[in-house]
Amino acid sequence: MLFYLLKRVGLAVVIVVVAVVLLYSMIHVVPGDPASVMLGPRATPEMKQEIYERMGLDRPFVVQVASFLGNVARGNLGMDFFSERPVAEIVFKQLDETLVLVLASISWAMLLGIPLGCYSAVFRNRFSDKLVGVFSIGVIAVPSFVVALYSLLFFAVTLKWLPAIGAGESGQFLDQVQHLILPAFAIGLGWVGYIARLVRASMLEVLNENHIRRARAFGLPETTIVFHYALKLAILPTVTLLGTGIGRLISSAVFAEIVFARPGIGKLIFDSVVSRNYPLVMGAVLVSTVLFVLSTTISDSINAMLDPRVRERL
Amino acid sequence: MNRIKEIFFRLRNEPMGIFGLVLVLLVVLCAVFAPFLVTHDPNALDIVNRLAGPSSDHWMGTDQLGRDVFSRVVMGSRIAVWVALVTVSLSLGIGLVLGMMAGYGPKWMDSGLLLLFDTLRSFPTIMFALALVTVFGPSLQTVIIVIVATTFPVYGRMVRTQTQALAGNEFIVAEEAMGAGMMRVLGVHILPNIVGPLFIVASMDIPVVITIEAGLSFLGVGVRPPTPSWGAILNDGYAYIRNTPWIIIFGGIPLIVTTLGFTFLGESMRDMFDPKLRKDL
Repeated sequence: MLFYLLKRVGLAVVIVVVAVVLLYSMIHVVPGDPASVMLGPRATPEMKQEIYERMGLDRPFVVQVASFLGNVARGNLGMDFFSERPVAEIVFKQLDETLVLVLASISWAMLLGIPLGCYSAVFRNRFSDKLVGVFSIGVIAVPSFVVALYSLLFFAVTLKWLPAIGAGESGQFLDQVQHLILPAFAIGLGWVGYIARLVRASMLEVLNENHIRRARAFGLPETTIVFHYALKLAILPTVTLLGTGIGRLISSAVFAEIVFARPGIGKLIFDSVVSRNYPLVMGAVLVSTVLFVLSTTISDSINAMLDPRVRERL
Repeated sequence: MNRIKEIFFRLRNEPMGIFGLVLVLLVVLCAVFAPFLVTHDPNALDIVNRLAGPSSDHWMGTDQLGRDVFSRVVMGSRIAVWVALVTVSLSLGIGLVLGMMAGYGPKWMDSGLLLLFDTLRSFPTIMFALALVTVFGPSLQTVIIVIVATTFPVYGRMVRTQTQALAGNEFIVAEEAMGAGMMRVLGVHILPNIVGPLFIVASMDIPVVITIEAGLSFLGVGVRPPTPSWGAILNDGYAYIRNTPWIIIFGGIPLIVTTLGFTFLGESMRDMFDPKLRKDL
């Protein structure tokens, strides 16, 4: 297991390094030069030169990449030229907002998806099971940004039940929760379907196992068997799904943050793309990539701990 | 031909599959016959009638420039279907070639390609797309590059695993013993054995691809105006959501219909032809 862990973490580090190099190389394929694109057509040669020096673009490419990698390893993602603040500080401040949103979305999706999956497995092949199946596939298929737009239109603009934009006043918990409901609904809806399907599938496997039959033979109530014994095992694939799903969750958060004008890493990247703020785009994409690699590494390691066959596949 | 007959024959007992097929046919027919279905020029401006509600002349109303939303929605199906076809074929092609090379080639090639697959998969799609847009600028080509770059590693990994599993089989070993070269083994023996499940996975990726294109166009970093794309229509509607909700309502429906159709059809096909992938769902 230790060997697997070392290998897996090593792979994650290599992936992050290659990703950093790839991202950094992108700047060099910009048509024209990055300084002109950032500063616009009215930039003077002196201004361009200053940007070049501050971004270190006047040095050989290999040196630039090496120094960027070294800085990233020390947690230094460079400076934002427009606000004169460190990129890492800006990105991590916005990351909190995104993580709250992602956590809220996945929490309600699990609260609804897990019981739905259990229900489907227990009443297998009944009409209600089929209905849950169609519902699950349906919500998985509908794009989350369309759900975001429709929920904004119906619940905020038309019915005025919930606030439409922003993240609420800081310090006012209830206001913040109200602002969280619609974006979390939009991101989480598809996940209800994913989780329900996955829990149903693994629940069906577990319910056929000997220890469950034994519990039945002892006359334990069905609810105790399902929720106390079977669910503990059936929930594991869902936990690992969340690890690999974090990338998709962050992508959905980009849309939810833009539709509901919420602060967050998605909105930050989008705004930086519009203003062509390269250091900020790179820093934010890098942080979300590291987050994704980290969560897949953790979920793979949990998987390997539970299932020795996974260890051999690496 | 017999294969197609078999698909239809088996689809008869799958109500979800039939429903999906009907929706997919609707979208594909709409894309093919779009020029005959539109009631107005989708890019014709009519400022006097801007943001008009649905009427007998404009079935889905007009947008902020007075363009007919129905005609734009109909023409938008072409972009969606075209992007889906191009990107899925490109990803499949690249994934197949690289995956077979990784699975059958020397160890160093396998490790290198695997690292490439895993690195490209480690970028969250939309973030990666936004980063690429900063570099190449927003365009349909950028959308295609993004989608291909993020989907081919999935096929590549899948093909690699299956190639490795097949390469150890006796019929491949026998073929190699008779002097068959790499091209013959891969092209004649391995390819036909892995292409079936791959097509099913690819067909299930179509709604994902269409969603990414629409999503990027919604963000304003995809298809350039005035080309009608469903995402761009939603973007137009978003700016006027308080006064003219119909643009968002009618702009979202085709996207929902298409993703539902392809997903339902893909799920049914997978259940019918590849029970191994089904996991008893």
